[in-house]
Amino acid sequence: MAQLDYVAPSTAEEAVRALAAGGPAKVLAGGTDLLVQMRSGRVKPDRIVDLKRIPGLIGIRQEAGGFVIGAATPGAVIGEHAALAKAWPGVVEAVNLIGSTQVQGRASLAGNLCNASPAADSVPAIIAARAIAVIIGPAGRREVPVEAIAVSPGTTSLGTDEFVLEIRLPPRPARSGDAYLRSIPRTEMDIAVVGAGVSLTLDAAGVITAADVALGAVAPTALLVPEAGAAIIGSALDEAALDRLDAAARAACRPISDKRGTAEFRTKIAGVLARRAATIAYQRASEA
Amino acid sequence: MSKRAHISTTVNGDPVEFLTDPSATLLDVLRDELQLTGAKEGCGSGDCGACSVTLDGRLVCSCLVLAVETEGRRVETIEGMADGGELHPLQRKFLEHAALQCGFCTPGLLVSAKALLDANPDPTETEARYWLAGNLCRCTGYDKIIRAVMDAAAELRQARRVA
Repeated sequence: MAQLDYVAPSTAEEAVRALAAGGPAKVLAGGTDLLVQMRSGRVKPDRIVDLKRIPGLIGIRQEAGGFVIGAATPGAVIGEHAALAKAWPGVVEAVNLIGSTQVQGRASLAGNLCNASPAADSVPAIIAARAIAVIIGPAGRREVPVEAIAVSPGTTSLGTDEFVLEIRLPPRPARSGDAYLRSIPRTEMDIAVVGAGVSLTLDAAGVITAADVALGAVAPTALLVPEAGAAIIGSALDEAALDRLDAAARAACRPISDKRGTAEFRTKIAGVLARRAATIAYQRASEA
Repeated sequence: MSKRAHISTTVNGDPVEFLTDPSATLLDVLRDELQLTGAKEGCGSGDCGACSVTLDGRLVCSCLVLAVETEGRRVETIEGMADGGELHPLQRKFLEHAALQCGFCTPGLLVSAKALLDANPDPTETEARYWLAGNLCRCTGYDKIIRAVMDAAAELRQARRVA
Protein backbone atom coordinates (compact mmCIF):
# COMPACT_ATOMS: atom_id res chain seq x y z
CA MET A 1 0.00 0.00 0.00
CA ALA A 2 3.04 2.26 0.08
CA GLN A 3 2.51 3.19 -3.57
CA LEU A 4 -1.09 4.31 -3.17
CA ASP A 5 -2.14 7.29 -5.26
CA TYR A 6 -5.03 9.51 -4.14
CA VAL A 7 -7.00 11.80 -6.43
CA ALA A 8 -10.05 13.92 -5.66
CA PRO A 9 -11.40 15.05 -9.04
CA SER A 10 -13.88 17.89 -9.34
CA THR A 11 -15.90 16.39 -12.21
CA ALA A 12 -17.41 12.95 -12.84
CA GLU A 13 -15.64 12.73 -16.21
CA GLU A 14 -12.27 13.29 -14.56
CA ALA A 15 -13.13 10.57 -12.07
CA VAL A 16 -13.90 8.13 -14.90
CA ARG A 17 -10.53 8.92 -16.53
CA ALA A 18 -8.75 8.43 -13.20
CA LEU A 19 -10.41 5.02 -12.78
CA ALA A 20 -9.27 4.00 -16.27
CA ALA A 21 -5.72 5.34 -15.90
CA GLY A 22 -4.19 1.90 -15.34
CA GLY A 23 -3.70 -0.31 -12.30
CA PRO A 24 -6.42 -1.32 -9.89
CA ALA A 25 -8.41 1.71 -8.75
CA LYS A 26 -11.22 2.07 -6.22
CA VAL A 27 -13.77 4.80 -5.79
CA LEU A 28 -14.02 6.31 -2.32
CA ALA A 29 -17.30 7.69 -1.00
CA GLY A 30 -17.71 7.28 2.77
CA GLY A 31 -14.91 4.73 3.02
CA THR A 32 -16.53 2.72 5.80
CA ASP A 33 -16.18 -0.48 3.78
CA LEU A 34 -13.22 0.42 1.55
CA LEU A 35 -10.81 1.45 4.30
CA VAL A 36 -11.60 -1.68 6.29
CA GLN A 37 -11.03 -3.84 3.21
CA MET A 38 -7.75 -2.09 2.41
CA ARG A 39 -6.55 -2.54 5.94
CA SER A 40 -7.34 -6.25 5.91
CA GLY A 41 -5.59 -6.62 2.55
CA ARG A 42 -8.76 -7.82 0.83
CA VAL A 43 -8.48 -5.01 -1.71
CA LYS A 44 -5.17 -3.52 -2.82
CA PRO A 45 -5.84 -0.52 -5.05
CA ASP A 46 -3.05 1.47 -6.67
CA ARG A 47 -5.29 4.49 -6.82
CA ILE A 48 -8.12 5.91 -4.74
CA VAL A 49 -10.59 8.15 -6.58
CA ASP A 50 -12.41 10.23 -3.98
CA LEU A 51 -15.85 11.24 -5.30
CA LYS A 52 -16.72 13.73 -2.57
CA ARG A 53 -15.32 16.84 -4.31
CA ILE A 54 -17.57 16.34 -7.34
CA PRO A 55 -20.50 18.79 -7.17
CA GLY A 56 -23.79 17.01 -6.46
CA LEU A 57 -22.21 13.80 -5.18
CA ILE A 58 -23.12 14.82 -1.64
CA GLY A 59 -26.68 16.04 -1.39
CA ILE A 60 -30.32 15.27 -2.09
CA ARG A 61 -32.45 17.08 -4.63
CA GLN A 62 -36.07 16.79 -5.70
CA GLU A 63 -36.44 16.31 -9.41
CA ALA A 64 -39.44 15.42 -11.60
CA GLY A 65 -41.45 14.50 -8.53
CA GLY A 66 -38.83 12.08 -7.23
CA PHE A 67 -35.61 12.32 -5.23
CA VAL A 68 -32.02 12.17 -6.43
CA ILE A 69 -29.47 11.12 -3.84
CA GLY A 70 -25.82 11.85 -4.66
CA ALA A 71 -23.68 8.72 -4.48
CA ALA A 72 -21.49 9.94 -1.61
CA THR A 73 -24.30 11.39 0.53
CA PRO A 74 -23.79 10.09 4.07
CA GLY A 75 -26.59 8.35 5.96
CA ALA A 76 -26.78 11.16 8.51
CA VAL A 77 -27.64 13.65 5.75
CA ILE A 78 -30.27 11.27 4.35
CA GLY A 79 -31.77 10.87 7.83
CA GLU A 80 -32.05 14.62 8.31
CA HIS A 81 -33.94 15.23 5.04
CA ALA A 82 -37.54 15.76 6.17
CA ALA A 83 -39.18 15.60 2.72
CA LEU A 84 -37.36 12.41 1.82
CA ALA A 85 -38.26 10.81 5.17
CA LYS A 86 -41.91 11.73 4.60
CA ALA A 87 -42.04 10.30 1.08
CA TRP A 88 -39.81 7.24 1.67
CA PRO A 89 -39.76 6.48 5.41
CA GLY A 90 -38.76 2.85 4.80
CA VAL A 91 -35.75 3.81 2.69
CA VAL A 92 -34.58 6.34 5.28
CA GLU A 93 -35.05 3.87 8.15
CA ALA A 94 -33.07 1.25 6.27
CA VAL A 95 -30.20 3.64 5.53
CA ASN A 96 -30.11 4.75 9.16
CA LEU A 97 -29.79 1.14 10.35
CA ILE A 98 -26.31 0.93 8.79
CA GLY A 99 -23.69 0.95 11.53
CA SER A 100 -23.18 3.46 14.31
CA THR A 101 -23.64 7.24 14.50
CA GLN A 102 -19.99 7.51 13.42
CA VAL A 103 -20.57 5.25 10.41
CA GLN A 104 -23.70 7.26 9.53
CA GLY A 105 -21.47 10.33 9.34
CA ARG A 106 -19.68 8.79 6.36
CA ALA A 107 -21.39 5.70 4.92
CA SER A 108 -23.37 6.31 1.73
CA LEU A 109 -26.36 4.66 0.10
CA ALA A 110 -24.47 4.01 -3.14
CA GLY A 111 -21.55 2.59 -1.17
CA ASN A 112 -23.86 0.22 0.68
CA LEU A 113 -25.24 -0.85 -2.71
CA CYS A 114 -21.86 -1.25 -4.44
CA ASN A 115 -20.24 -3.09 -1.53
CA ALA A 116 -22.62 -5.82 -2.71
CA SER A 117 -23.18 -7.47 0.63
CA PRO A 118 -26.29 -9.67 0.50
CA ALA A 119 -27.12 -8.34 3.99
CA ALA A 120 -26.80 -4.61 3.18
CA ASP A 121 -29.64 -2.92 5.04
CA SER A 122 -30.49 -0.19 2.57
CA VAL A 123 -30.63 -2.42 -0.48
CA PRO A 124 -33.95 -4.29 0.00
CA ALA A 125 -35.58 -0.94 0.79
CA ILE A 126 -34.34 0.75 -2.40
CA ILE A 127 -35.12 -2.31 -4.49
CA ALA A 128 -38.69 -2.28 -3.16
CA ALA A 129 -38.77 1.46 -3.93
CA ARG A 130 -37.85 0.60 -7.56
CA ALA A 131 -34.88 2.92 -7.34
CA ILE A 132 -32.59 3.49 -10.31
CA ALA A 133 -28.80 3.76 -10.15
CA VAL A 134 -27.30 6.25 -12.58
CA ILE A 135 -23.91 4.91 -13.64
CA ILE A 136 -21.22 6.89 -15.40
CA GLY A 137 -18.34 5.47 -17.41
CA PRO A 138 -16.25 6.13 -20.51
CA ALA A 139 -19.31 5.64 -22.76
CA GLY A 140 -21.38 8.14 -20.79
CA ARG A 141 -24.30 7.53 -18.49
CA ARG A 142 -26.60 4.55 -18.19
CA GLU A 143 -29.43 3.77 -15.80
CA VAL A 144 -30.07 0.40 -14.22
CA PRO A 145 -32.50 -0.82 -11.56
CA VAL A 146 -30.61 -1.06 -8.27
CA GLU A 147 -31.24 -4.82 -8.06
CA ALA A 148 -29.01 -5.23 -11.13
CA ILE A 149 -25.92 -3.79 -9.39
CA ALA A 150 -24.87 -6.69 -7.15
CA VAL A 151 -24.21 -9.98 -8.96
CA SER A 152 -22.73 -12.00 -6.09
CA PRO A 153 -21.35 -11.23 -2.63
CA GLY A 154 -18.79 -8.44 -3.04
CA THR A 155 -19.12 -8.28 -6.85
CA THR A 156 -21.05 -5.77 -8.96
CA SER A 157 -22.05 -5.50 -12.60
CA LEU A 158 -20.10 -2.23 -12.93
CA GLY A 159 -17.09 -2.00 -15.20
CA THR A 160 -13.77 -1.14 -13.52
CA ASP A 161 -13.98 2.36 -15.02
CA GLU A 162 -17.60 2.98 -14.04
CA PHE A 163 -19.15 4.23 -10.84
CA VAL A 164 -22.59 5.08 -9.49
CA LEU A 165 -23.22 8.80 -9.73
CA GLU A 166 -26.58 8.95 -8.00
CA ILE A 167 -29.59 6.94 -6.86
CA ARG A 168 -33.00 8.04 -8.11
CA LEU A 169 -36.18 7.35 -6.17
CA PRO A 170 -39.30 7.60 -8.36
CA PRO A 171 -42.23 9.97 -7.83
CA ARG A 172 -44.61 8.79 -5.12
CA PRO A 173 -48.30 8.38 -6.00
CA ALA A 174 -50.89 9.37 -3.40
CA ARG A 175 -51.63 6.73 -0.73
CA SER A 176 -48.19 5.12 -0.93
CA GLY A 177 -46.05 3.81 1.91
CA ASP A 178 -42.91 1.78 2.46
CA ALA A 179 -41.15 0.01 5.31
CA TYR A 180 -37.98 -1.95 6.00
CA LEU A 181 -37.43 -4.39 8.83
CA ARG A 182 -34.43 -6.50 9.69
CA SER A 183 -33.81 -9.24 12.18
CA ILE A 184 -30.65 -9.10 14.28
CA PRO A 185 -29.94 -10.81 17.60
CA ARG A 186 -29.70 -7.46 19.41
CA THR A 187 -31.08 -3.97 18.86
CA GLU A 188 -28.17 -2.08 17.26
CA MET A 189 -24.78 -2.46 15.57
CA ASP A 190 -25.24 -5.80 13.87
CA ILE A 191 -25.58 -7.36 10.43
CA ALA A 192 -29.01 -8.40 9.18
CA VAL A 193 -29.88 -12.08 9.52
CA VAL A 194 -32.81 -11.28 7.23
CA GLY A 195 -34.08 -7.95 5.88
CA ALA A 196 -37.39 -7.20 4.18
CA GLY A 197 -38.47 -4.09 2.32
CA VAL A 198 -42.01 -3.44 1.12
CA SER A 199 -43.39 -0.52 -0.87
CA LEU A 200 -47.05 -0.30 -1.86
CA THR A 201 -49.77 2.00 -3.15
CA LEU A 202 -53.50 1.91 -2.32
CA ASP A 203 -56.61 3.10 -4.09
CA ALA A 204 -59.19 5.26 -2.30
CA ALA A 205 -60.93 2.14 -0.97
CA GLY A 206 -57.72 0.81 0.60
CA VAL A 207 -57.09 -1.88 -2.01
CA ILE A 208 -53.43 -2.39 -2.94
CA THR A 209 -52.84 -1.37 -6.56
CA ALA A 210 -49.05 -1.76 -6.63
CA ALA A 211 -46.65 -3.61 -4.35
CA ASP A 212 -42.96 -4.40 -4.45
CA VAL A 213 -41.23 -6.71 -1.99
CA ALA A 214 -37.49 -7.25 -1.62
CA LEU A 215 -35.53 -9.52 0.71
CA GLY A 216 -31.97 -9.29 2.02
CA ALA A 217 -29.56 -11.90 3.43
CA VAL A 218 -31.52 -14.86 2.08
CA ALA A 219 -29.63 -15.28 -1.22
CA PRO A 220 -26.23 -14.27 -2.71
CA THR A 221 -27.72 -10.85 -3.52
CA ALA A 222 -30.71 -8.91 -2.23
CA LEU A 223 -33.77 -10.11 -4.17
CA LEU A 224 -36.74 -8.43 -5.77
CA VAL A 225 -39.58 -10.92 -5.26
CA PRO A 226 -42.29 -10.13 -7.82
CA GLU A 227 -44.42 -13.09 -6.67
CA ALA A 228 -44.55 -11.59 -3.18
CA GLY A 229 -45.71 -8.23 -4.50
CA ALA A 230 -48.29 -9.91 -6.73
CA ALA A 231 -49.56 -11.89 -3.74
CA ILE A 232 -51.02 -8.78 -2.11
CA ILE A 233 -52.05 -6.66 -5.12
CA GLY A 234 -55.84 -6.44 -5.28
CA SER A 235 -56.22 -7.09 -1.56
CA ALA A 236 -56.71 -4.84 1.45
CA LEU A 237 -53.92 -6.81 3.14
CA ASP A 238 -56.30 -9.19 4.89
CA GLU A 239 -55.02 -12.32 6.60
CA ALA A 240 -55.28 -14.44 3.45
CA ALA A 241 -53.18 -11.91 1.52
CA LEU A 242 -50.58 -11.88 4.29
CA ASP A 243 -50.44 -15.68 4.17
CA ARG A 244 -49.86 -15.56 0.40
CA LEU A 245 -47.15 -12.92 0.89
CA ASP A 246 -45.48 -15.00 3.60
CA ALA A 247 -45.47 -18.10 1.38
CA ALA A 248 -44.15 -16.22 -1.68
CA ALA A 249 -41.37 -14.62 0.37
CA ARG A 250 -40.32 -17.97 1.80
CA ALA A 251 -40.40 -19.59 -1.64
CA ALA A 252 -37.90 -17.02 -2.96
CA CYS A 253 -35.30 -17.70 -0.25
CA ARG A 254 -32.04 -19.45 -1.11
CA PRO A 255 -30.14 -18.73 2.10
CA ILE A 256 -26.95 -20.13 3.55
CA SER A 257 -26.63 -21.45 7.07
CA ASP A 258 -24.00 -19.64 9.11
CA LYS A 259 -23.35 -18.47 12.66
CA ARG A 260 -26.11 -15.84 12.30
CA GLY A 261 -28.81 -18.33 11.50
CA THR A 262 -29.68 -21.53 9.71
CA ALA A 263 -31.21 -21.55 6.24
CA GLU A 264 -34.44 -22.85 7.74
CA PHE A 265 -34.55 -20.04 10.31
CA ARG A 266 -33.79 -17.38 7.71
CA THR A 267 -36.55 -18.67 5.44
CA LYS A 268 -39.11 -18.64 8.23
CA ILE A 269 -38.09 -15.13 9.34
CA ALA A 270 -38.21 -13.80 5.76
CA GLY A 271 -41.92 -14.61 5.64
CA VAL A 272 -42.54 -13.05 9.04
CA LEU A 273 -40.65 -9.84 8.25
CA ALA A 274 -42.36 -9.50 4.86
CA ARG A 275 -45.74 -9.66 6.63
CA ARG A 276 -44.74 -7.12 9.26
CA ALA A 277 -43.10 -4.73 6.81
CA ALA A 278 -46.15 -4.93 4.55
CA THR A 279 -48.42 -4.16 7.49
CA ILE A 280 -46.39 -1.06 8.39
CA ALA A 281 -46.21 0.06 4.74
CA TYR A 282 -49.98 -0.40 4.44
CA GLN A 283 -50.59 1.68 7.56
CA ARG A 284 -48.32 4.43 6.24
CA ALA A 285 -50.02 4.38 2.85
CA SER A 286 -53.41 4.71 4.56
CA GLU A 287 -52.20 7.82 6.33
CA ALA A 288 -50.30 9.31 3.37
CA MET B 1 3.53 7.51 -8.72
CA SER B 2 2.87 7.80 -5.02
CA LYS B 3 3.93 10.94 -3.32
CA ARG B 4 3.51 12.39 0.10
CA ALA B 5 0.61 14.81 -0.05
CA HIS B 6 0.76 18.26 1.45
CA ILE B 7 -2.48 18.87 3.35
CA SER B 8 -3.81 22.10 4.86
CA THR B 9 -6.66 21.66 7.28
CA THR B 10 -8.07 23.04 10.53
CA VAL B 11 -7.76 21.11 13.77
CA ASN B 12 -9.57 22.44 16.85
CA GLY B 13 -9.77 25.85 15.24
CA ASP B 14 -6.08 26.10 14.40
CA PRO B 15 -4.75 25.97 10.84
CA VAL B 16 -2.56 22.88 10.47
CA GLU B 17 -0.34 21.65 7.64
CA PHE B 18 1.20 18.25 7.33
CA LEU B 19 2.77 15.85 4.83
CA THR B 20 1.21 12.45 4.63
CA ASP B 21 1.31 9.20 2.75
CA PRO B 22 -2.04 8.89 0.94
CA SER B 23 -2.77 5.62 2.70
CA ALA B 24 -2.45 7.12 6.20
CA THR B 25 -5.67 7.57 8.14
CA LEU B 26 -6.67 10.74 9.92
CA LEU B 27 -6.12 8.84 13.16
CA ASP B 28 -2.52 8.01 12.14
CA VAL B 29 -1.81 11.67 11.40
CA LEU B 30 -3.51 13.02 14.52
CA ARG B 31 -1.52 10.70 16.75
CA ASP B 32 1.83 10.36 14.98
CA GLU B 33 2.28 13.67 13.14
CA LEU B 34 0.28 16.16 15.21
CA GLN B 35 0.90 14.51 18.58
CA LEU B 36 -2.81 14.64 19.40
CA THR B 37 -2.99 11.28 21.12
CA GLY B 38 -6.43 11.66 22.71
CA ALA B 39 -8.14 9.74 19.91
CA LYS B 40 -7.29 6.07 20.38
CA GLU B 41 -6.97 3.17 18.01
CA GLY B 42 -9.13 0.36 19.35
CA CYS B 43 -10.21 -1.75 16.39
CA GLY B 44 -9.16 0.19 13.29
CA SER B 45 -12.35 -0.91 11.57
CA GLY B 46 -15.01 1.54 12.77
CA ASP B 47 -16.54 -0.77 15.35
CA CYS B 48 -15.33 0.65 18.67
CA GLY B 49 -15.52 4.44 18.37
CA ALA B 50 -12.36 5.10 20.42
CA CYS B 51 -11.01 7.25 17.57
CA SER B 52 -14.14 9.43 17.29
CA VAL B 53 -13.63 13.00 16.04
CA THR B 54 -15.82 15.39 14.11
CA LEU B 55 -15.14 16.27 10.48
CA ASP B 56 -16.94 19.43 9.34
CA GLY B 57 -19.13 18.97 12.41
CA ARG B 58 -20.06 15.34 11.62
CA LEU B 59 -19.15 12.59 14.07
CA VAL B 60 -16.85 10.06 12.36
CA CYS B 61 -14.30 7.37 13.18
CA SER B 62 -10.93 8.90 12.34
CA CYS B 63 -9.62 5.40 11.53
CA LEU B 64 -12.06 5.33 8.59
CA VAL B 65 -10.99 8.69 7.15
CA LEU B 66 -7.89 9.11 4.99
CA ALA B 67 -5.79 12.03 6.19
CA VAL B 68 -5.68 13.38 2.62
CA GLU B 69 -9.46 13.74 2.67
CA THR B 70 -9.22 16.47 5.30
CA GLU B 71 -7.78 19.08 2.90
CA GLY B 72 -9.69 22.31 3.60
CA ARG B 73 -11.93 20.59 6.16
CA ARG B 74 -12.50 21.23 9.85
CA VAL B 75 -11.47 18.57 12.37
CA GLU B 76 -12.40 18.69 16.06
CA THR B 77 -10.81 16.30 18.55
CA ILE B 78 -11.00 15.68 22.29
CA GLU B 79 -8.05 18.06 22.73
CA GLY B 80 -10.32 20.95 21.73
CA MET B 81 -13.08 20.12 24.17
CA ALA B 82 -11.95 21.81 27.38
CA ASP B 83 -11.90 25.60 27.43
CA GLY B 84 -8.31 26.23 28.46
CA GLY B 85 -8.04 24.87 31.98
CA GLU B 86 -11.77 24.52 32.39
CA LEU B 87 -13.26 21.13 31.63
CA HIS B 88 -16.33 20.85 29.44
CA PRO B 89 -19.40 19.94 31.54
CA LEU B 90 -19.38 16.46 29.96
CA GLN B 91 -15.78 15.92 31.09
CA ARG B 92 -16.64 17.13 34.58
CA LYS B 93 -19.70 14.89 34.80
CA PHE B 94 -17.70 11.87 33.62
CA LEU B 95 -15.38 12.46 36.59
CA GLU B 96 -18.21 13.09 39.05
CA HIS B 97 -20.09 9.95 38.00
CA ALA B 98 -16.92 7.84 37.72
CA ALA B 99 -17.93 7.12 34.13
CA LEU B 100 -14.55 5.66 33.27
CA GLN B 101 -12.18 3.06 34.55
CA CYS B 102 -9.29 2.33 32.19
CA GLY B 103 -10.13 5.46 30.19
CA PHE B 104 -9.30 4.12 26.74
CA CYS B 105 -12.82 4.69 25.38
CA THR B 106 -13.33 7.99 27.20
CA PRO B 107 -12.06 10.49 24.60
CA GLY B 108 -14.24 8.89 21.94
CA LEU B 109 -17.25 8.76 24.22
CA LEU B 110 -16.84 12.41 25.16
CA VAL B 111 -16.54 13.51 21.54
CA SER B 112 -19.61 11.42 20.62
CA ALA B 113 -21.61 12.65 23.58
CA LYS B 114 -20.77 16.27 22.74
CA ALA B 115 -21.91 15.71 19.15
CA LEU B 116 -25.16 14.29 20.55
CA LEU B 117 -25.80 17.26 22.83
CA ASP B 118 -24.88 19.73 20.09
CA ALA B 119 -27.51 18.11 17.85
CA ASN B 120 -30.07 17.28 20.54
CA PRO B 121 -29.77 19.17 23.86
CA ASP B 122 -32.55 17.14 25.48
CA PRO B 123 -32.12 13.50 24.48
CA THR B 124 -34.05 10.69 26.10
CA GLU B 125 -31.95 7.98 27.71
CA THR B 126 -32.88 5.67 24.83
CA GLU B 127 -31.73 8.25 22.28
CA ALA B 128 -28.46 8.69 24.15
CA ARG B 129 -27.88 4.93 24.30
CA TYR B 130 -28.51 4.48 20.57
CA TRP B 131 -26.37 7.49 19.68
CA LEU B 132 -23.48 6.08 21.73
CA ALA B 133 -23.93 2.48 20.53
CA GLY B 134 -20.83 2.84 18.35
CA ASN B 135 -18.62 3.62 21.36
CA LEU B 136 -17.61 0.43 23.09
CA CYS B 137 -16.57 0.38 26.77
CA ARG B 138 -15.40 -2.85 28.35
CA CYS B 139 -15.12 -1.50 31.93
CA THR B 140 -18.12 0.47 33.07
CA GLY B 141 -21.14 -1.42 31.82
CA TYR B 142 -22.26 1.91 30.33
CA ASP B 143 -24.67 2.90 33.09
CA LYS B 144 -22.40 5.49 34.65
CA ILE B 145 -21.59 6.88 31.22
CA ILE B 146 -25.27 7.34 30.43
CA ARG B 147 -25.88 8.97 33.82
CA ALA B 148 -22.99 11.36 33.23
CA VAL B 149 -24.27 12.28 29.77
CA MET B 150 -27.84 12.84 30.96
CA ASP B 151 -26.61 14.92 33.91
CA ALA B 152 -24.35 17.02 31.67
CA ALA B 153 -27.25 17.54 29.27
CA ALA B 154 -29.43 18.80 32.12
CA GLU B 155 -26.70 21.15 33.32
CA LEU B 156 -26.10 22.51 29.82
CA ARG B 157 -29.83 23.13 29.36
CA GLN B 158 -29.93 24.93 32.70
CA ALA B 159 -26.91 27.05 31.74
CA ARG B 160 -28.59 27.93 28.45
CA ARG B 161 -31.78 29.03 30.26
CA VAL B 162 -29.81 31.25 32.64
CA ALA B 163 -27.84 32.74 29.74
